[in-house]
Amino acid sequence: MMMLEVDNATKIFGGFTAVNKVNLSVAEGETHAVIGPNGAGKTTLFNVVSGLITPENGSVTFRGEKLNKMMPHDIVNVGIARSFQRVNIFPRKTVFENVQVALLVHAKLHFNPFRQAAKLFRNEGMELLALVNLADEADRRAGDLAYGRQKQLELAVALAANPKLLLLDEPTAGMSISETKASIALIKEIVEKRHLTLLFTEHDMNVVFEIADRISVLHHGEIIASGLPDEVRDNEEVKRIYLGKD
Amino acid sequence: MTNRFQIYVLILAFAGLAILPFVGSRYSVELATQILIFGLLATSLNILVGYLGAASFGHAAFFAIGGYACAYFLTTLALPLVVSMVGAVLLTALASLVIGFFCVRLNEIYFSMLTLAFSMLIWAVALKWKPVTGGDDGFVGVAVPEYLSNYFNFFLFTLGVVTISVIVLMIVGNSTMGRVFIAIRENQTRASFLGVNVRRMRLIAFVIAGTFAGVAGTLLALYVRGMYPETAFWSQSGHVLIMVLLGGMHAFIGPLLGTSVLTLLEVTIGQHTEYWQIFVGMILVIVVLAAPEGVYGLVRSVAKRVRGQQDDDA
Amino acid sequence: MFTNPTFMFIQVMNSFALGMNLFIIAAGLTLIFGVLRVVNFAHGAFYMVGAYVLMTTTNLIGDTSTGFWVGVVAAALVMGVVAFFIERFLLSHLYDKEHLLQLLFTFALVLIFKDVVKMVWGPLQHSISYPPAFKGAVDLRISYYPAYMLFLSVTGPVLAVGLWLALEKTRWGRLIRAARLDREMLSALGTDVKLVFSAVFVFGSMLAAMGGALAAPRIAVDPGMDGLIIIDCFIIVIIGGLGSLWGSFVGALILSSLTVFGTLIFNEWEIVLVYIMMLAVLLIRPWGLFGHPDEERH
Repeated sequence: MMMLEVDNATKIFGGFTAVNKVNLSVAEGETHAVIGPNGAGKTTLFNVVSGLITPENGSVTFRGEKLNKMMPHDIVNVGIARSFQRVNIFPRKTVFENVQVALLVHAKLHFNPFRQAAKLFRNEGMELLALVNLADEADRRAGDLAYGRQKQLELAVALAANPKLLLLDEPTAGMSISETKASIALIKEIVEKRHLTLLFTEHDMNVVFEIADRISVLHHGEIIASGLPDEVRDNEEVKRIYLGKD
Repeated sequence: MTNRFQIYVLILAFAGLAILPFVGSRYSVELATQILIFGLLATSLNILVGYLGAASFGHAAFFAIGGYACAYFLTTLALPLVVSMVGAVLLTALASLVIGFFCVRLNEIYFSMLTLAFSMLIWAVALKWKPVTGGDDGFVGVAVPEYLSNYFNFFLFTLGVVTISVIVLMIVGNSTMGRVFIAIRENQTRASFLGVNVRRMRLIAFVIAGTFAGVAGTLLALYVRGMYPETAFWSQSGHVLIMVLLGGMHAFIGPLLGTSVLTLLEVTIGQHTEYWQIFVGMILVIVVLAAPEGVYGLVRSVAKRVRGQQDDDA
Repeated sequence: MFTNPTFMFIQVMNSFALGMNLFIIAAGLTLIFGVLRVVNFAHGAFYMVGAYVLMTTTNLIGDTSTGFWVGVVAAALVMGVVAFFIERFLLSHLYDKEHLLQLLFTFALVLIFKDVVKMVWGPLQHSISYPPAFKGAVDLRISYYPAYMLFLSVTGPVLAVGLWLALEKTRWGRLIRAARLDREMLSALGTDVKLVFSAVFVFGSMLAAMGGALAAPRIAVDPGMDGLIIIDCFIIVIIGGLGSLWGSFVGALILSSLTVFGTLIFNEWEIVLVYIMMLAVLLIRPWGLFGHPDEERH
């Protein structure tokens, strides 16, 4: 059984078809990259998979369960966590508080109006922060962190939900070369350590070929190629449309 | 949103208020009663405004429902005091559940307008339903029990009810639920992607806020010995919002502080001129433009600067 | 009574005239929201200022038609100047702040204007007589009908068409429509967005004042007249769609019809009917008849 199956997904905004009959499958433990130029529909695809928008057509199945009608929070609760292209954290809270709230939601404590929150999940929170090398910044305002470190924080927050599938939308966007290297090494390490399945979108081809098991190429909302990195790299159409520009 | 300093302030305030009736004038006790009632109303509103980040312009509706229900149960149905108050609060909780169910489906500006619309609907009903509410004459002559009919006892009673309510609200604010409210305020999308059913949490916050507004409403009905439709008018909701903003919406004691400051200001200015609204308006403009974190925020940033620390947020 | 054609005719005419007056005021509110994304609670206060300025003008110049016209223009101009200062020096600082702060600011204006009006004109009610040009009634075959109401009925569509033409055909109109859709894009294109915002706020406020001046002969002019008109405006722009001109035209007619006919059927409780209507729209189609929904699900 595939971890994730996207079946004929179509999303139309007004007159514009952002995602057109997309088929995608990700096996358990696989690291799958979705690449494509700007405007290809990568983020829209992510938004469909994570429940932020409803597709006109098609379905998304996670571990055999259809996700079609589910709201984002339900999808998180079945085991999918995501990050966003523009970092989505709680900027005015401290780094620790960011992961703490993620942990207490995962423990379903948000329905408890009496449990005092201040001291909860100190250990678990610090563990997560250590995983992304942010333990020493625990009490700093999240918004004050450097952009790259905010992305690491977002990764930690996503991991707090103990997901089986991780969706990362352009995880290295806006990063310098060294930041990108460090970030990728970190992601690779975490994915291995936690046996995660990873679906990510990316621009940087070096990143993609370094960690992806399989690649799908999106162009004008359609998948034009999908397979092993070498297959995709040698695909004529892909070379023409995308790689040719490098 | 709450820290040790605020707790000390509250304890101090409680102690001061507890001795007030024994040492202060009748006037000061009556004023304190008013501040307590509206302070509770403002604190309840802050669950929505400060914690959840939802600007409700219809909170006065629950204030009115609680008051009218209590007046009706106590006077028209001649039920005992405790039954009347509890019944009124339960009715208000139910009303906030129904109204909240519809309101929380909308965001931001539409939320504000929908809450305002519901509040005006309550106003209209209060104005027209003469047999139950007394119509535009108001519900006059609430049957306040003998032991509460002097200002001294009534103040202590109000102090007790408000103190318990404030403690409960503080516990909720500092709870894991409270943290999630704040998370929703800070970044609704991210909260959703943590696994939070944002709509449901907003409804819970709405009901908590509305319920305690209802408690304040019962106290109002007993204090004024009557209820009037104006209590549900949109400008009343605006007035409470001013109290929240003035004191500081990101601190638990902010609304209580704001209520005290605003009430004292209005009373003082009112002694010199009938045009106190223009002063309140001007102060509000200054706060909005220069001190959106309110009095508490100002005190805090001054204290931080004195201690040479960086500015952070609750 | 519903079988009496004369009576029904008058009710229909009244709905239209009332609706047109409301439209002028609501158009200002919806325009301001469409571009600035600010809900101006003080819009009712601006309406009130318009009525009072008209009153003072007719008192000064005399109860003549000239007095009336000068008064209407004066109402718009005075409000325009005041609005300019409000926007330039105060409101413009709040555009990127939380909605709550913007709302409370406009609420502060309500409080200030209320007392200013009381200070300048006193707390009592005043009434203004109809301008001589529109006194009396006109013979419309089916019935005689008040001339002033006819006048109101005409001003609405004239203004609607005028505004629509201005928005569609003029450069300013295009800028405003663009600002309504995407102000970031607009500033990226090099337009002085600040100027557009000022202009829209001033113009919208002038519409409110003009609406107030035109309404003045029909109603009681007192410091409390702003309290309910603002709710009427809200109802109209919500039904019609925040930011939509035709939406406020249609919304105004719906509200006035509900008010006129609702009173006939339900008497006292008509007011409840109106709020239920507003609620219904907010619940079923919150972006109004002519507005556009959001995509994201929460």
